[in-house]
Amino acid sequence: MRVLAAMSGGVDSAVAAARAVDAGHDVVGVHMALSRTPAQERTGSRGCCSIEDASDARRAADVLGIPYYVWDMSERFEQTVVADFLAEYAAGRTPNPCVRCNEHVKFAALLDKALALGFDAVCTGHYARVVDGPDGARELHRAADPAKDQSYVLAVMGPQRLARAVFPLGDVGSKAQVRAEAVARGLSVAAKPDSYDICFVADGDTQGFLRRALGEQPGDVVDEAGEVVGTHDGAYAYTVGQRRGLALGRPAPDGRPRYVLAVEPVQRRVVVGPAEALDVAQVRGDAAVWFGDVPPVGSTCAVQVRAHGADVPARVVAADAGAVTLDVAGAGLRGVAAGQSLVLYDGTRVVGQATVSTTRTARDLVGAEHPAAAGTHA
Amino acid sequence: MRPAALSALTAALAHTGNPSSLHTAGRAARRTVEEARERLAAAVGARPSEVVWTAGGTEADNLAVKGLFWARRTHDTARRRVVVSAVEHHAVLDPAFWLAEHAGAELVLLPVDGDGVVEVDALREELEAHADTVALVSVMWANNEVGALQPLDDVVALAHRHGVPVHADAVQAVGQVPVDLGACGVDAVTLSGHKVGGPGSTGALLVRRGLELTPVLHGGGQERGVRSGTLDPALLAAFAVAVEDAVAERDAHAARVGALRDDLVRRVLATVPGATLRGPADAARRLPANAHLTFAGCEGDSLLYLLDAAGVEVSTGSACQAGVPRPSHVLLAMGVGEDDARGALRFSFGAGSSAADVDAAVAALPGAVERARAAGLSTLVGV
Repeated sequence: MRVLAAMSGGVDSAVAAARAVDAGHDVVGVHMALSRTPAQERTGSRGCCSIEDASDARRAADVLGIPYYVWDMSERFEQTVVADFLAEYAAGRTPNPCVRCNEHVKFAALLDKALALGFDAVCTGHYARVVDGPDGARELHRAADPAKDQSYVLAVMGPQRLARAVFPLGDVGSKAQVRAEAVARGLSVAAKPDSYDICFVADGDTQGFLRRALGEQPGDVVDEAGEVVGTHDGAYAYTVGQRRGLALGRPAPDGRPRYVLAVEPVQRRVVVGPAEALDVAQVRGDAAVWFGDVPPVGSTCAVQVRAHGADVPARVVAADAGAVTLDVAGAGLRGVAAGQSLVLYDGTRVVGQATVSTTRTARDLVGAEHPAAAGTHA
Repeated sequence: MRPAALSALTAALAHTGNPSSLHTAGRAARRTVEEARERLAAAVGARPSEVVWTAGGTEADNLAVKGLFWARRTHDTARRRVVVSAVEHHAVLDPAFWLAEHAGAELVLLPVDGDGVVEVDALREELEAHADTVALVSVMWANNEVGALQPLDDVVALAHRHGVPVHADAVQAVGQVPVDLGACGVDAVTLSGHKVGGPGSTGALLVRRGLELTPVLHGGGQERGVRSGTLDPALLAAFAVAVEDAVAERDAHAARVGALRDDLVRRVLATVPGATLRGPADAARRLPANAHLTFAGCEGDSLLYLLDAAGVEVSTGSACQAGVPRPSHVLLAMGVGEDDARGALRFSFGAGSSAADVDAAVAALPGAVERARAAGLSTLVGV
């Protein structure tokens, strides 16, 4: 196959490209320039977007003996990922920019361009497995190393695009193994630190980034009864489930810790309350993507609602091509923020993906005993 | 590298010696440097004392822009205006922007017409309005991207009428068109070794006698105190040979690559829909080795990849450090729209270029353009 290897400058994508070469593919390395004003050096735990990273990718391509190009995807990245990030926070939701990047840039703009230019597939250093299913359709599975699994952020691409994706690292046992392989291959990025911050927030200060972009929007922090218990500089800076950084002057009457229950940017209001008010009994996701048939009502699966969380048992309450509602009562899910990706699994296999739109607590479902509660936390 | 330059380089590399040293080995090294200076000067109509060696064209441009600005301002603090064309190479533009940001300069960008040629009337108006506060004018000999030769005679006549010195970056011009310091009237001229088949990291600023420059590099006081730093006799010997040969072969070379270029342009315009020649259509008004074309609806990096894969090596505008193709400031200054500017390719011809290369490019282009057009532009505009 003619394979375009997306090379961020990190160790994973370098080893993935090397494995694609070993597999006999005709590989071309491409580094996506995602920032219009790239920094010279990598800072903190950012894993891409600096000129140093582009140069690391170039050196890895040199070692592999493959052609290497830089493609300017900065405008697309700005228009989709960064703009979406700001709009989502401004609307009181908590976006996942890595999911958006996979949806709009890596497995959309980049893949489309690659296919148009004559490539057969795009290869990345993501940790996930692509498996040929019994009916011939390709399935997305969790990586062999559960600690590194990235199927959660990939599920958004859906089955058609998955057919054009190559993930050579899906079966490795651990990141240490990838680093050892990089050393053995003479790749200078072998010891490069992992990236886990948001790549376009240069200093890792997401709150500062939001404040600069969205401005100060001071408002009240209220409890479930609507009583004002504090103030804030911008509701967008809060995420459902958050406990730290609330800076409330006085403790709750019962002395128990308080958590963000709802973020209401239009009213400039942040609602706080006790932990149990965050216990999610039902979660609804929109913009659903299915790998195969829509799961039947009543069927069971597992659902993961954040990038670094375990999955929990769930039962399908409603599902159609575009949305899904899951019963997760008693599963221990707490503080699920709207805007996050929810991914359904059957064992290691990804069943589908959707974006969390609303959640309901057990109390919401019982009825209207708590009208002052934020109700449907949207 | 030119074989003659390569043998001059390797022959001189065998000898050690610091040309600033006073002992025998030092004097021998100095002799190599001075002979190179004489050869280079003779090839470009300068006196040996008018050659200031640098480590490349970029350094020479920086020395000219910053050195002239500082020197002129030292004598008259009112001289803050740095007048440069909007299509200068970054080695001129960026020092000019830097002076504006950090050294109190006022930057004046001279507009160009649709062919990339500086508007002389704009310079006239600038000088008539602000002659007393202009530090320098810098207009390149020929544009490196679209090949447009610039009206330096007019620029020099205007500037000198107002007592303003002129710098010209002639990196692209040497070996393609006549460059003669004595004849042209320009006060400072930038040359580079690697563009004429000499070694990289070699360059010179030709500085007309009597023109004062404040140094950018301070140190041991080499090059009349204008440019400190130990010189490498071998590199300079090779550089001088390369310039000498490029000038000697200029007319034959220009005729040969000009014919190849004309053939390429004619055939591409005839066979590739949406192809547009940028820069002057009149071959006499552009560098013979340059063809610059835009391909509507294509991303330059798509074309570059497809042509590279077919063995045809071209450039997209001028690449930045990360190798990211951006819409060229030259095309934008010419009034080309941003989308059209994205589909820009520069074809450069050299001593090794042949008719077979033109055939290969003409054969590969229609398919590459069709594919690149299908891949589209990586923006959401129009999607």
